[in-house]
Amino acid sequence: MTPTPSSSSHRLPRLSLERRLTSPWWLSWVIPIASVALALLAGALIIASQGVNPWEAYRAMFEGAFGTGYGVAETLVKAIPLMLAGLGVSVAFRMKLWNIGAEGQLWMGAWAAAGVGLFLYPAWNLPPWLAILLMMAAAVVAGGLWGAIPGVLKGVLQVNEIITSLMLNYVAISWVLYFVDILWRDPGGLGFPNTAPLDKAIWLPKLTWIPFLPKGHRVHAGLLIAILAAVFIWFLLNRTKWGYEVRVIGENPEAARHAGMPIVRNIILVMILSGALAGLAGMAEMAGVAHRLQRGLSPGYGYTAIIVAWLAKLNPFGVLLVAVLFGGLLVAGDQIQLTMNLPRSISDILQGLILFFVLGGEIFGRYRLRLR
Amino acid sequence: MKTFSKIALLAILIMALAVVVAACAGGPQPTQKPAEKPAATEAPAQQPAATEAPKAEEPKLIKAAWVYVGPIGDGGWTYAHDQGRLYVEKHVPNVETTYIESVPEGADAERVIRDLAQKGYDVIFTTSFGYMDATETVAEEFPDTVFIHISGYKKNDTNFDNLFGRMYQMKYLAGVAAAMRSENGKIGYVAPFPIPEVIRHINMVAKGARSVNPDAEVQVVWINTWFDPPTEREAAETLLNAGNDVIVTGADTPGPVQAASEAGKWGLAYDSANACDNAGDGCIGVPHWNWGPAYAEIIEEVRNGTFKPKGRWPGVESGIVDFKFGPAATDEIKAKVTELKQAMIDGKFNPADGPINAQSGCLAVKEGETLTDEQLLSMKWFFEGVKGEIPEAQPPCQ
Repeated sequence: MTPTPSSSSHRLPRLSLERRLTSPWWLSWVIPIASVALALLAGALIIASQGVNPWEAYRAMFEGAFGTGYGVAETLVKAIPLMLAGLGVSVAFRMKLWNIGAEGQLWMGAWAAAGVGLFLYPAWNLPPWLAILLMMAAAVVAGGLWGAIPGVLKGVLQVNEIITSLMLNYVAISWVLYFVDILWRDPGGLGFPNTAPLDKAIWLPKLTWIPFLPKGHRVHAGLLIAILAAVFIWFLLNRTKWGYEVRVIGENPEAARHAGMPIVRNIILVMILSGALAGLAGMAEMAGVAHRLQRGLSPGYGYTAIIVAWLAKLNPFGVLLVAVLFGGLLVAGDQIQLTMNLPRSISDILQGLILFFVLGGEIFGRYRLRLR
Repeated sequence: MKTFSKIALLAILIMALAVVVAACAGGPQPTQKPAEKPAATEAPAQQPAATEAPKAEEPKLIKAAWVYVGPIGDGGWTYAHDQGRLYVEKHVPNVETTYIESVPEGADAERVIRDLAQKGYDVIFTTSFGYMDATETVAEEFPDTVFIHISGYKKNDTNFDNLFGRMYQMKYLAGVAAAMRSENGKIGYVAPFPIPEVIRHINMVAKGARSVNPDAEVQVVWINTWFDPPTEREAAETLLNAGNDVIVTGADTPGPVQAASEAGKWGLAYDSANACDNAGDGCIGVPHWNWGPAYAEIIEEVRNGTFKPKGRWPGVESGIVDFKFGPAATDEIKAKVTELKQAMIDGKFNPADGPINAQSGCLAVKEGETLTDEQLLSMKWFFEGVKGEIPEAQPPCQ
């Protein structure tokens, strides 16, 4: 898109992108809305191609995810891991560290928590509350360490963290499945690859006191953990010196270096924090919903979290809200099958479209299109 | 904080928009009635108009739902179940059906099953082993709904039963056919999980193969998934490279047989009656499921109020399992397999009969004895002739 010196004879109008020096105040939220709207519009075309009225399909999705107490509860259940992993991803993104490894960090967190819950808890005869705290701590440590690997590689050796963090996802999942399939397999499970279920006493407690939700809903204390984590991250980034450093390094590494900020140390610390939050997401899903370690524990929460963080513009409270919307999208995937007879992949397609359009829309936040 | 308020605003706008959308669409347009109800549920056209028919004779409407682990287009396991559902639509009067496909085993399954129960379905069929615990949990919450879990072993006394078929009988036939076709007596098995169901099937392939060729061997590759087309194919290629010339698959798609056909070798598919259609010239045949009649029977029981959990495990005599030949079946194979199948139907031959040696060569089941259902359902050891390992195997003899 570099403007070439225009030749003399035939001058056709050309599109070019120019960097914006300033952005109008409204642009930063018009663009995401327009992007999502365009994504839904593109999705509508795909739905229509299946011979279904897109209007009806979107309505069924919305009703399924938000229209009943049960739908809302399940949407929240789905949103919890997205919130925690999304917070983790957004912290790294703040420093322009592209941590694509939330999925693997989540699995490692779930794995460590399961180890505590399945083996330490009965062996040491721990009180349940302490076991739950230990499970959280184990998940934080495991996720954090897994995040630290690409952090150290990036900070010390300048290895691209996108590649290392992504590749480590596959390592982490294979590692955990080795335990699920072989080492920790439930001896009473007739060989099916699952660990034994956690003792009921150390399940994350259900939030039965939430009004309006139907009896027997599955919303668990992970929701509170996620909200607390969002407050913590917001405070850390906006009210502490360290958070200031992180933001400065993200926005202007040159300036940060001149100011003598410890960039390498902060890269590693941010990756640890990012991984720790994703690890908590794994713990919450394992101890709050699945109640055991199993294949398919995460249907890609760590990846969806990237979309969530990006759509939320890396704002911690925004992550909470966007996670709920995306949780709804995941739940709605069942609804459109049931009521509209559409394939399940439609909801995956919509997710992909939203990310595509949001990332594409970003360009218009930083550049303007010009015809000349 | 500023960005937060913007995002909050955004979210509220989106939600408000959606509410408006929902309200509008729900409002004044009867023309846009959700005409595309579950497309599968064409209202039974032959049903007499309510006014003419004597009320007593009209059967009570039964709503049945299926939960599938794969997409209905997998050409295998899920496809076969969906054929069963379509059979119900065609042959059972006054029934409404729906399905949800590609439901992961685990936390999502529980939501989907509970959702169906809440929507008032009378019978819910959950068609993968990994749905067992979720089905059990939801069955407890909805005592008026009947839950049928496929391929598991749990049930309760009132509304939760399991259903499977004696597929091992057909796998024995697959072993016979494989050994008759093989040039070197080396058979490869693409094996999903080391659970009793799969182990039993591998064992019966080995037993069938050895009945033809006493030196035949069945080499096992575990793929730890039911449905993953690339992995299934890769496993078959590995087995072919290791010198096996017939591939038997226990996973959901015909991919492994395609791989064998492309290599100029042979294979036996699984699950669905037409699995050989897209599996190339090397497809010898397919041990397949025929769920329709069993589903129809359960639905009628629910309608009549005679349903009772009993652990359902019918064999080839009921038609729930069967064997169909593919393009690579020779006349000798057809004759032999047909004869054996008839003998099983007539009760003259049972592949679970001894003598059976365990992998190490020791005698596990004596002549004149038969593997009990209990032993078959909890099988954690390989027969002689199987090359492979079961994690934490429990051999019956040393």
